[in-house]
Amino acid sequence: MIANQVSTAFGALSDPTRRAIFERLAGAPSAVGDLAREFPVSRPAVSQHLKVLKDAGLVTDRAHGTRRIYQVHPPALEALRTYLDSFWTTALDRFKSAAEARPRTPNA
Amino acid sequence: MPDTLPDLAVRKSLTVEAPCAHAFTVFTTGFDSWWPRAHHIGKADLLAAVIEPRAGGRWFEKGIDGSECEWGKVLVYEPPSRVVLSWHLNGEWQYDPDPAHASEVDVRFTPDGPSRTKVEFVHRHIERAVGAEQLRAGVDSEGGWNGLLAMFAAKAKETAA
Repeated sequence: MIANQVSTAFGALSDPTRRAIFERLAGAPSAVGDLAREFPVSRPAVSQHLKVLKDAGLVTDRAHGTRRIYQVHPPALEALRTYLDSFWTTALDRFKSAAEARPRTPNA
Repeated sequence: MPDTLPDLAVRKSLTVEAPCAHAFTVFTTGFDSWWPRAHHIGKADLLAAVIEPRAGGRWFEKGIDGSECEWGKVLVYEPPSRVVLSWHLNGEWQYDPDPAHASEVDVRFTPDGPSRTKVEFVHRHIERAVGAEQLRAGVDSEGGWNGLLAMFAAKAKETAA
């Protein structure tokens, strides 16, 4: 089940246009019309790409007035955030210890 | 789903028992003294990790074999209060030269009396690092899923459970 989900995600991103759309959405949530203006593909084609990305669990959509806004699925980003959060906790602990070590200063 | 993207920046706040100028110096010119040794991108073991102390300076590592690898640039250098670095590394600890994929590390130092400093740390725009190279590496690599996509898988499993 999970293996399928991951392999679906890989499959969805194997198409260059779809991958470009995904990367674009990672920068900012957007509506179909915005994406159709930016990419050299028709609006129906953009919609089809978004559907594949959505089915693969890589993007989600929500209603905003009469438009649908697509965004990168937050768990994918949240995973990276969690990783960096944990990394910086360790690094900044080390920084604190180094800054509080006396009396030497690093460039002394 | 929430109506907007969650705040994806990493934020840390800490108090250092040292004067502000000293804390700033240790963070920047003393960067190598505290950076976790295992975290580097060159093939050679890490000799030194360096933040050049000026705006426009390099943020890079030197390997024990003399090789150098870029990590990013110094965007803002305002001793003793602030340093901003561009982070060109993705979640796989690989260098990505594309500015569109660079995240940003912003560190502010505020005196809290003569011998104490408040440090506010933000690593923002990490959504940019999720793009191109990392996904490409994940998609193209033979074994399939590594790095971020492995984490994505773990997350998917967690949310599916």
